[in-house]
Amino acid sequence: MRERGKTPSPLALSREGELVKIYILIDMHKYASPKFFYTLAGQLTPWMAALTALLLVAGLYFGLFIAPADYQQGESYRIIFIHVPAAWMSMFIYVCMAGAGAIALVWNVKLFEMFAGNCAPVGASFTFLALVTGSLWGKPMWGAWWAWDARLTSELILFFLYMGYMALEASIDDPRRAARASAILALVGVVNIPVIHFSVEWWNTLHQPASVSKIGTPSIHPSMLAPLLLMSLGFTFYFFTVALMRMRNEILERERHTTWVAQLLESRS
Amino acid sequence: MNWSEFVHMGGYGFYVWSSYGLALLVLLLNLYLPLRRRKTVRRLLHEFLRLKEQTR
Repeated sequence: MRERGKTPSPLALSREGELVKIYILIDMHKYASPKFFYTLAGQLTPWMAALTALLLVAGLYFGLFIAPADYQQGESYRIIFIHVPAAWMSMFIYVCMAGAGAIALVWNVKLFEMFAGNCAPVGASFTFLALVTGSLWGKPMWGAWWAWDARLTSELILFFLYMGYMALEASIDDPRRAARASAILALVGVVNIPVIHFSVEWWNTLHQPASVSKIGTPSIHPSMLAPLLLMSLGFTFYFFTVALMRMRNEILERERHTTWVAQLLESRS
Repeated sequence: MNWSEFVHMGGYGFYVWSSYGLALLVLLLNLYLPLRRRKTVRRLLHEFLRLKEQTR
């Protein structure tokens, strides 16, 4: 744009600035377009899956073979390496789902809508896993499979929130309206997340208090913390891998009327 | 630590291995579902595009 040999005038500079802004806008549009995302997700998935496998194998190795037995709970505490990451995921995925739902509500972005919708079944699975492994840990340690204690009850409510979300989404035929309605439900349910987190402090519970997220030094030995973090990271990447796979399926379904989907299917058959 | 001790888990074998087994089941199921869905979606889309061709 600039003329050679001349110093650019402020006006020209600002016009270039404008152009850069326009390019950025075009790029944003490109990244949020379902076609681009479909391809990108397809390229990312195998790498994320490999990373997931690596993290989970390392986590299992350190958790089952390297970490010592607990001085109070013996070998039974090894359930922690499934239970705590699963419980963290149940909350993390819920926040992702509500956050993506909010973004979809405000800016009407289809991709976020699809992401939110696909969080629910995976989040519900992790909540189920956290509840059942908690029960399997509670029986030998507390002598009971279940107690109506604040932590357990609020986690059970989280499970019902996921179920309600999925039921609501399935009950409305138009996917865009379904996404809007369920996003509002998810946002209302967000209040339950801090309740779960602080339940062990706010109420007298049977459940043991937090050991990792304590302010200051975590009261857990590094040999036990390492597998816990490895498993959590593994679960996180697992969630993103599965969410991308689900989103790719949904993009194809929703975009079936477009030419790029037709071309894609023709090129593969 | 020998193998039978490892499986025994100091008497908590049932609880520990049920937890790990269930985790494996949940992870595998959530992987299987989108893979199966992918097949179904592809089949349905081929059908859909074929019908669209015919009605044109």
